[in-house]
Amino acid sequence: MKDTGFKAGLEIHQQLDTQHKLFCECPTSRSQSFPITVKRKLRAVAGELGEVDLAARHEQAREMTFVYKASPDTSCLVELDEEPPHPLNREALGTTLQVCKIFNSTPVGEVHVMRKAVVDGSNTSGFQRTALVGRGGHFETSQGRVRVTNVQLEEDSAAPIERKGDVAIYRLDRLGIPLIELGTEPDIKSPEHLYEAALEIGSLLRATRKVKRGIGTIRQDINISIDGGSRVEIKGAQDLKMFPEIARREAQRQQELLLVRDELKGRKAKVRAVKDVTALFKNTKCKLVKGKPVLAAGLNGFVGILGREVQPGRRVGTEISDYAKKAGVGGVIHSDEDMRKYQISEAEDLKKLLGSDSFIIVAAERQRAERAIQLAVGRTRQLLVGVPGEVRKALPNGNTEFLRPIPSAARLYPETDIPPVLITSEMLHKIVLPEMPKETRARLQKLMSKDLAEKLASSNNLPLFDRIKTRHPELVAHVLEDVLTELRREGISVDMIPDERLIELFSLYDGGAFAKESIPDVIRAVAFNPEKPVGSIVRANFSKMGEEEVRAAVVGIIRQNQDAIGSPHAFQKIMGEVMKVLRGKADGQMIAKVVKESL
Amino acid sequence: MAYSKQIEAALKKARASVGDRISVGSEEGLLMPSPGITASPDHIVLKLDNGYNIGIKYEGQAIKKSAKPEPRLVKQEFSYENAGHAHVRQSPGKHTITLLGAGGTIASRVDYSTGGAYADMTGEDLAALVPELGEVAHIRFESAFEKMSEDMAPADWQLLAKEAAKELNQSEGVVITHGTDTMHYTAAALSFMLDTPKPVVLTGAQRSSDRGSTDSVLNLICSAHAALSDIAEVGICMHATSSDDYCHLLRGTKARKMHSSMRNAFRPINSYPLANIYPDGRIEPLSSFKKRSSGKAKADTKFDGRIALLKAYPGADPDIISHYVGRGYRGIVVEATALGHVPTKSEKSWIPAVKAAVSSGVPVVVATQCIYGSVNPDVYTNLRILFHEAGATPAYDMTAETAYVKLGWVLAHAKGDKVKEMMAQNLKGEINPRLEPDMFLY
Repeated sequence: MKDTGFKAGLEIHQQLDTQHKLFCECPTSRSQSFPITVKRKLRAVAGELGEVDLAARHEQAREMTFVYKASPDTSCLVELDEEPPHPLNREALGTTLQVCKIFNSTPVGEVHVMRKAVVDGSNTSGFQRTALVGRGGHFETSQGRVRVTNVQLEEDSAAPIERKGDVAIYRLDRLGIPLIELGTEPDIKSPEHLYEAALEIGSLLRATRKVKRGIGTIRQDINISIDGGSRVEIKGAQDLKMFPEIARREAQRQQELLLVRDELKGRKAKVRAVKDVTALFKNTKCKLVKGKPVLAAGLNGFVGILGREVQPGRRVGTEISDYAKKAGVGGVIHSDEDMRKYQISEAEDLKKLLGSDSFIIVAAERQRAERAIQLAVGRTRQLLVGVPGEVRKALPNGNTEFLRPIPSAARLYPETDIPPVLITSEMLHKIVLPEMPKETRARLQKLMSKDLAEKLASSNNLPLFDRIKTRHPELVAHVLEDVLTELRREGISVDMIPDERLIELFSLYDGGAFAKESIPDVIRAVAFNPEKPVGSIVRANFSKMGEEEVRAAVVGIIRQNQDAIGSPHAFQKIMGEVMKVLRGKADGQMIAKVVKESL
Repeated sequence: MAYSKQIEAALKKARASVGDRISVGSEEGLLMPSPGITASPDHIVLKLDNGYNIGIKYEGQAIKKSAKPEPRLVKQEFSYENAGHAHVRQSPGKHTITLLGAGGTIASRVDYSTGGAYADMTGEDLAALVPELGEVAHIRFESAFEKMSEDMAPADWQLLAKEAAKELNQSEGVVITHGTDTMHYTAAALSFMLDTPKPVVLTGAQRSSDRGSTDSVLNLICSAHAALSDIAEVGICMHATSSDDYCHLLRGTKARKMHSSMRNAFRPINSYPLANIYPDGRIEPLSSFKKRSSGKAKADTKFDGRIALLKAYPGADPDIISHYVGRGYRGIVVEATALGHVPTKSEKSWIPAVKAAVSSGVPVVVATQCIYGSVNPDVYTNLRILFHEAGATPAYDMTAETAYVKLGWVLAHAKGDKVKEMMAQNLKGEINPRLEPDMFLY
């Protein structure tokens, strides 16, 4: 990719696992039920930047009704925008300072919380609260140093649930969970390097042991450009493994667009003014067009260009259509498409009417059609210039589609409800570097096999493992990494077991309360009764037999198997019979000892 | 600006002032004023090109005015104040209402240059934010003053009453935008001072009007509908629920701010709302009300401000009453416990002080600090001592705030026993002799 001048940067949003939210005393856990419903309207008062059509967007915001669902367990008046925010969460600030230290970022002297205007309803207040905590920084990768731009601390938004027409529904449990935003400079050199850098950032953040884990707790945006192209920000990529593919396809798209530009330049291509061609389609058979105002733009020198692929399955025409869709139409019809598909027989007449070899048309209610064709023409003109800077959404196959133009910067203004926070030298002295991922691996390798250590080091279970005081670390790691996974596959809801129960379980095991062989069964029983102390479950079902009890049982079994006595395989035979009865009820080694003694 | 002397000197040396683009060491941005009281005076606040403000500890770094031009965006944001606002779409065919400004959170916005919030939005600014207002009525814009309502005093009520009366004779109704803290005091004062054949509607906001989530939009639209309605009373029109769905119109003498921050803070006390008002103009009456009529609006603003509002509580010292009487106060309202009790047989009994005040011609009016329910002068011995022996005047189910305002108005209009008599009369719907259970916590 070097020859194309591939450059990429990352912007990571990571939820923190703090006790409370960023600006109130609500817990950062999630809720199952949401009995409180509040309906609100928002106004775009100060204006948002980076919108396709600002006036339309504002109009739209005014029409929207936002329905907020809340649980009293995870939301208070602050999330409901019914009370001013409380002071900035110091625990979250502490973690952010630690992240600054890990990434060699310099903390600011005084943290000022800002408001970032957001009128899509994802914040009840109409803005997101965000603060810049660290300036600059860097981390190392196999391809060299990647510089960090800033480290920010901000509140997470409300989770969107549903959007039906002009009603959008959100849940408030996520709103206000502390989020670290970490952005890098465009120092990433290849799609593979992008994957490595994203993994490394995730791993360094997890080293704090204070970040949330699991689906939706980390969100990554990718910035990509190539020589002669533009910065394109890609949002919504869920799977890190897809990053290289997304990057490759974006680089491809930009390369194709540059080729398209050169081709169009060579052809002296032109985009002509928009014309109302409704009359031409008066008797059309095309259902998409019939009875609606039809607006067309004539294009000269575009033959074959509109149908050209920029990404597998995505054409130049698709790029143009994406823009038109922002005006609320289904898309555009262009002259490189198969007109028979649309039952359009007027294409040649249209070209004649427009005096052009190609066209794009939009058919919709007039105001919408006008806005749509303007947006489509604007995008088509961009084809003559190069790659527009855009925010794009990642699609599951690695392609991307247009979301909105890249905002030059966000409108930020001071959050007057929250006093600035001084970063004192005392606070900075208290920040210690946590055990770094490399050190964790080394430590674990001393306790268990290399494979298991590797697995645990990057596992969600690591913080739990470190909380379990045990004489059998390898066994504990094996249970957390493998046994729990197997049980999960069986359909046992192991994820509902609180950490405290597992800690209790291993402490009972260390104390000899049940046999190693019983561990999966004990976990099964605990999963069915996650509220019940493990001790009482074990006492009722898994109590180990003492040596005397075992001896009594063994003696009984020997008596029933007299014929085996004296044979050279007497021990194996008797042991087999005994284990049939006692497996899991007593320690295997002890049983063997008793059998030997009794023979 | 409240930077340290050291910083002030360094800025002066660099000839840098707020709003200039400067560099401090390696950082560069717009110089912001210090946010003041809550911020550290030895940190310089810069607005960076990414829009964020940061505080930089000043330790003698080089400060220079920057030659680099400000990025367009930051400059634009900074000059937001001067940005052209949208104009109200006036509909000349519609009935006219007056939007009378009196400050408050509803008129507040963040000043982008200083980060402070100021109540300086004009009626035009507000109406530009809510263009739908122009679809409801033709609007006259007037401004009485720009004050946060905690700073208001009886003289402001008098001014508002006069302005409102003047406007009522030129339009179909008046909407007063007002701070919410003491809106119920003003509403009570206007109720007593105004004789109006048309609606007078007070409204405000719990979230300032420059926020996307401001409650002023619904409050203003519903208030405009209320001002055009047949309800010729002084009322408060604010959110009925936490949702932006509809408003309550509350009788000016029977309303109270019951929450420090929620949108639906204003509740009817010992009454039902006059009506539910919907943003589409629907009006659901919930109480009987004085109907719109022809005739002129009159303001009788005589008011005696030498009145005090006190609270009785366990251990409260009765000397406070003698103190006010000694200072020449003409009337006292006591927020008593429950049915109207003050410390009676305890060591610090209030009875002698009340008796002395009343006998010296200073009426002592007793309201309940329970907020809901009525004072009763007869049921307990201690009540009989206070009302029948010491001569206190019961406020019945009036809120203490309404009783306070009424006492000031009555004292300017009556003397001697007549004061007591008028306090017991239902002048503007302030006394409700029939309390229903559903009025409690409505």
